[in-house]
Amino acid sequence: MEKEKQVKEVLSAKNKTERDQKYNEYVKQVTPKHSCLKNTCNAFWTGGIICTIGQGLTYLYMSFGLDKENAVLYQIISLVFLSVLFTGLNLYPRIAKVAGAGSVVPITGFANSVAAPAIEYQKEGQVFGIGCKIFTIAGPVILYGIVSSWILGLIYYVLGLLGIV
Amino acid sequence: MEYIKAFVVGGLICAAVQILMDQTKLMPGRIMVILVCLGSLLGALGIYEPFVEWAGAGASVPLIGFGNSLFKGVKEAVDKDGFIGLFKGGFTASAVGVSAALLFGYFASLLFKPKMKD
Repeated sequence: MEKEKQVKEVLSAKNKTERDQKYNEYVKQVTPKHSCLKNTCNAFWTGGIICTIGQGLTYLYMSFGLDKENAVLYQIISLVFLSVLFTGLNLYPRIAKVAGAGSVVPITGFANSVAAPAIEYQKEGQVFGIGCKIFTIAGPVILYGIVSSWILGLIYYVLGLLGIV
Repeated sequence: MEYIKAFVVGGLICAAVQILMDQTKLMPGRIMVILVCLGSLLGALGIYEPFVEWAGAGASVPLIGFGNSLFKGVKEAVDKDGFIGLFKGGFTASAVGVSAALLFGYFASLLFKPKMKD
């Protein structure tokens, strides 16, 4: 009831600024309030657990006789695999609901963002469905990762030529 | 001890990003791009690699670590091959993570059916 009254107020507002102000007030009121502290705590422990699992996997692969560099690579493959599996089983979105940034920041968040649209858009075909949509998030991440590291690499290269680095 | 470091450092990075997300309402996609770019910048400044050495998976599992390894790859390739290394290093460094995500993601799209969002 309260909401309808507010909507009417927004619609009946005389000039544009007044309407904008009323509308913003209305949006503010109906937007669900999140406890910032709770979100932050959840992101902390979920993100922490994912990193701890990563550390455990690294030690596991090192115990198989791999050197550290390769152990880390297998750790990445394992985390990506688990994340894609959890995405396929529809468990990752449930984790993400609680974890927030804890599920976005680790490499598992990247793997999720690759697998989720690929599964979602499979009906649109191999090329324009899976093929395009698999890069929805991965594309920008790879693009800007390559661009930023290329530019910084160029600076490093030039500084090297000048004998500074 | 290494586990505690990984937990606390990884957790703190995620918590900091959560605060950023709550304050700015940035979407996860943008957050990931920012983290990767930040990682390659911190890598270029020589800050992140010692941090990874110290914190292990706590620093390498977050996407900042992915950005760091991108720059590390470019740097190593430039040291080895000179100018052409600029075009080689990034993809070399990110090859495993990106390939794994694409391959498993593709196989998952063949195996799993889309689910209704709840």
